[in-house]
Amino acid sequence: MTPLAEELLVTFVKIVIVVGALLGGFSVMTWVERRSLAFMQYRLGPNRTGPFGILQPIADGIKLFFKEEVMPVAANKWTFLAAPVVAVATALLATAVIPYGPPFEAFGRTLQIQIADIEVGLLFIFAVTALGVYGVVLAGWAANNKYSLLGGLRSSAQMFSYELALGFSWVTLILAARSFRINDIVDTQAGGFWHWNVVVHFPAFIVYFLAATAEVARIPFDLPEGESEIVAGFHTEYASMRFALIQMAEYINMITVTVLLANLFFGGWHSGVPGMPESLGGFPLGFVWWGLKVAFFLFVFIWLRGTLPRFRYDQLMQFGWKVLIPVAAVWVMTFAVLWVVVGGGPR
Amino acid sequence: MASVTNTNTAPPVSPEVLAKPAARALREALGDRVLSIEDFRGDLTITVERRAWVEAARQLRDHADCDFKLFLDLCGVDYLDREDRPERFEVVLHLYSVSRKHHVRLKTPVPESDPRVDTITGVFRGANWFEREAWDLYGIVFKGHPNLIRLLTHESFVGHALRKDYPTAKRHVLKSSKEVLVDIPPGSENLLVNIGPSHPSMHGTFRVQALMDGETVRDAEAEIGYMHRNFEKMAEERTYWQIIPYTDRLNYCSSFMNGHGWALAVEKLLGVPAPPRAEAVRVILSEFSRIMDHIICVSTNVVDLGAITPYFVMFRAREDIYTLLEACSGARLTVSYVRIGGLAQDVPDNFEALCRAALASVQEVVEAGDKLLTRNIIFMKRFKDIGVMDRDEALSWGWAGPCLRGSGVDYDVRKDHPYSGYEQYDFDVPVGTVGDCFDRYLVRMEEMRQSVRIVEQALAQLPGGPVITDDKRVAIPPKSEVYSNIEALMNHFKLIYEGILPPPGETYGYTEGANGELGFYIVSDGQKHPWRVKVRPPCYNIYQAFPHMIRGGMLADAIAIIGGLNVIAGELDR
Amino acid sequence: MPSYLPIVILGAIALGFGVFVLAASHIIGRPRPDARKLSTYECGMPPVGTARERFPIKFYLVCMLFILFDVETAFFYPWALVMDTLGIYGLMAMGTFFLVLAVGFVYEWKVGAMDW
Repeated sequence: MTPLAEELLVTFVKIVIVVGALLGGFSVMTWVERRSLAFMQYRLGPNRTGPFGILQPIADGIKLFFKEEVMPVAANKWTFLAAPVVAVATALLATAVIPYGPPFEAFGRTLQIQIADIEVGLLFIFAVTALGVYGVVLAGWAANNKYSLLGGLRSSAQMFSYELALGFSWVTLILAARSFRINDIVDTQAGGFWHWNVVVHFPAFIVYFLAATAEVARIPFDLPEGESEIVAGFHTEYASMRFALIQMAEYINMITVTVLLANLFFGGWHSGVPGMPESLGGFPLGFVWWGLKVAFFLFVFIWLRGTLPRFRYDQLMQFGWKVLIPVAAVWVMTFAVLWVVVGGGPR
Repeated sequence: MASVTNTNTAPPVSPEVLAKPAARALREALGDRVLSIEDFRGDLTITVERRAWVEAARQLRDHADCDFKLFLDLCGVDYLDREDRPERFEVVLHLYSVSRKHHVRLKTPVPESDPRVDTITGVFRGANWFEREAWDLYGIVFKGHPNLIRLLTHESFVGHALRKDYPTAKRHVLKSSKEVLVDIPPGSENLLVNIGPSHPSMHGTFRVQALMDGETVRDAEAEIGYMHRNFEKMAEERTYWQIIPYTDRLNYCSSFMNGHGWALAVEKLLGVPAPPRAEAVRVILSEFSRIMDHIICVSTNVVDLGAITPYFVMFRAREDIYTLLEACSGARLTVSYVRIGGLAQDVPDNFEALCRAALASVQEVVEAGDKLLTRNIIFMKRFKDIGVMDRDEALSWGWAGPCLRGSGVDYDVRKDHPYSGYEQYDFDVPVGTVGDCFDRYLVRMEEMRQSVRIVEQALAQLPGGPVITDDKRVAIPPKSEVYSNIEALMNHFKLIYEGILPPPGETYGYTEGANGELGFYIVSDGQKHPWRVKVRPPCYNIYQAFPHMIRGGMLADAIAIIGGLNVIAGELDR
Repeated sequence: MPSYLPIVILGAIALGFGVFVLAASHIIGRPRPDARKLSTYECGMPPVGTARERFPIKFYLVCMLFILFDVETAFFYPWALVMDTLGIYGLMAMGTFFLVLAVGFVYEWKVGAMDW
């Protein structure tokens, strides 16, 4: 096998693993979300399909495949069809540069579940998530439905506004790590949990967390599909698997921002406890820490949904522009000054 | 029993009645344009000439001794072929004074040949829909009305349904719906959006059309009538008993209270009170119904804001209350438990235990809801200073109940005109200060706690004795007697066959419904069917103001406001 | 191997996945269209006019602001990367840039562009 072919094979396997894990994660998330919301609300949630209802997402998937497709005659056909594909493709694409868990030794080589370890990792994510708004805007516009249009406009404005704060919140991390690579940023957080960026860059963490919640349109920022106001927002007219693709894109985005949160601010696969062994019986323990962190923050999104009402549109915009962006920007400059004054971190 | 008597010659009016402020003020201001002054069961009725109609209404509102600021109700009555009446139609206005705590009924005869009367929308804003309704159902034209079009029936409807000579079997097919409700300014580039009838946050089938400029509502107009079934027409062909199940369908979220209000109105007309035990049970079940209604209002309102958990948390208490209602009446939603003069049957043996269980559950969910919401910063941002309705506006629109109290008007029928023994119970009436959504929310939350207090007191002093009056003209005798003695059998037969025969006259019976003052204006001609029944549905006045409240605001505010107004389509459309 | 090749492959797979799902659903689903079903949803009323009116200017304003500030945010990235090498000089240069940015931001704020 030539090295290139071998690389291609490895890449292909990685893609299959990542995409499969994301789709599986999406399915499990829908079930976890419904179940945990139900328990917060004195209900049972789906509990009939399989043990504890765990097969419910599969049943839902099958049902959605068999569902009748409806497209309004007034809709713009190809745009209408393209929107869910664009949404899911951009969502998947953004996951390309994220490391899922620590590097580990296998088959005589060092491997890591990361599709592409490019130099400009964070920039890439920044670029692709900005593309993600296309799916939403196209869906909102194509349906020729007033609620969809309002939903599409709302989400584009919302995503634009919070994209800025999101971008700003990364600057100090890049500064401290001297790299765009997510692996490098994770490695700056090795050792005790006081090295985690959530401690060092606390304001950036707050800004990132809020902006990320808004980016993935979760409560309290779920205005693009605020069902009590604009019915279902940009996907009002979507049915069957077209609807499922849009949902899939949203959940994948949610997983992406959560994985980023764990990697960028919570030490990634580092346990945070000095002296913790790297692996147990050959199994890299980093996967456990990383998995726990990701799972916890995914649950936080559900928890928020079970607790909070949503913002009003103008409050959302003002919060983004007048609170998050100034806070993030001022933090960047403050940190830079400190960095120069203190003389930089360990090199 | 009294049959119809010719009351052409009005009974002599006592000096005390003439000395009542409203009577005195109108006689001074209008002189001989006041046609008659009557007093029946404590209801003051003043009839004025048609040309003095608006002036009389304004006098009643502005005269210092009258101060009738709260618009209650306006309706038409058709006296077809009634020789005791000067003209075929009558327009009837009910007003209340919060400061003086008195009611008045103002009437004016309207001839069939020229069914026109001046509008009083300039005096009371709330008269708008009531006049449209009177036009819709009676064909009485209100001169100068800003928008005199059909309200409860649809555009393809021919005729006026509440007229006595209207053929009830006639069917009218709706050919096309009214697509545009608001006035679109020429050259407008705003988006015309329907909210309802089938919209996730419309709590019932009604429709608001909004002219949107981005997220801002530039103009809005409401349309109702989707659930109109003309309860009032049906009531004219039923006996006083038979109407009870229909009242359950008015505000179906708190159906017991409608029956309670209806029974009290008829009892007032008859002059037959219910026994103390029945009244106490009525109070208990009414307060529980009020709690249910408030729970629905508050929890669905926050669902509209995107918070779903409080809904499920708070709704649980309704289950216990429904269990209690079911144990008493056999039905959960539409209970029909009230009878004229009492209750259908005594409460079950475990009544107190069920009440205690329901109370515990209510207290739990109210506190849980309070913790989830009251100090939640996003919730406050969404509710504070949103949908502000100031005191005078609210009175002019005819608001009542929690919404009016949210605007700072201390008016609660239970306190100001106690019925069913409310004077025995110690409770507070919460009042808001700003009149925004948050005040309305706080008032409802506090009212639930006060209702709990009332129920606890009523349970502690629940009297024994019968649950229905022993007046043989009103209550059917117990089955055991019907089967064993001929007088009771005859009594039963007569009551079922002839119905309750009240004296001729008209009364306005009113109670504090969950949404506000629930009034029943009953005109009796002494027959077994009422001549005219007019419901004053509390949310009708409230919803009427809604389009005006949302203009200039955000779409999301409109959604936050409507849930807090608690509009119930069954009551709105009747 | 070029480090971007995997991304291209992933992109192709992602697109293919989306198209495949839509196609599969199209083949498996049983469409029974009728005029009502295919009309635009508007709360049960016949839709009045089109949704494709002109958008309110507000939304464009947000986009303009975004483009302005997004490009400027992008300047921070390379600067942050080489901050150590630039040292105090870089800090001062960026401080000046930040000040200009801040002035623009405050102006937008005062003018009311960020109010809805």
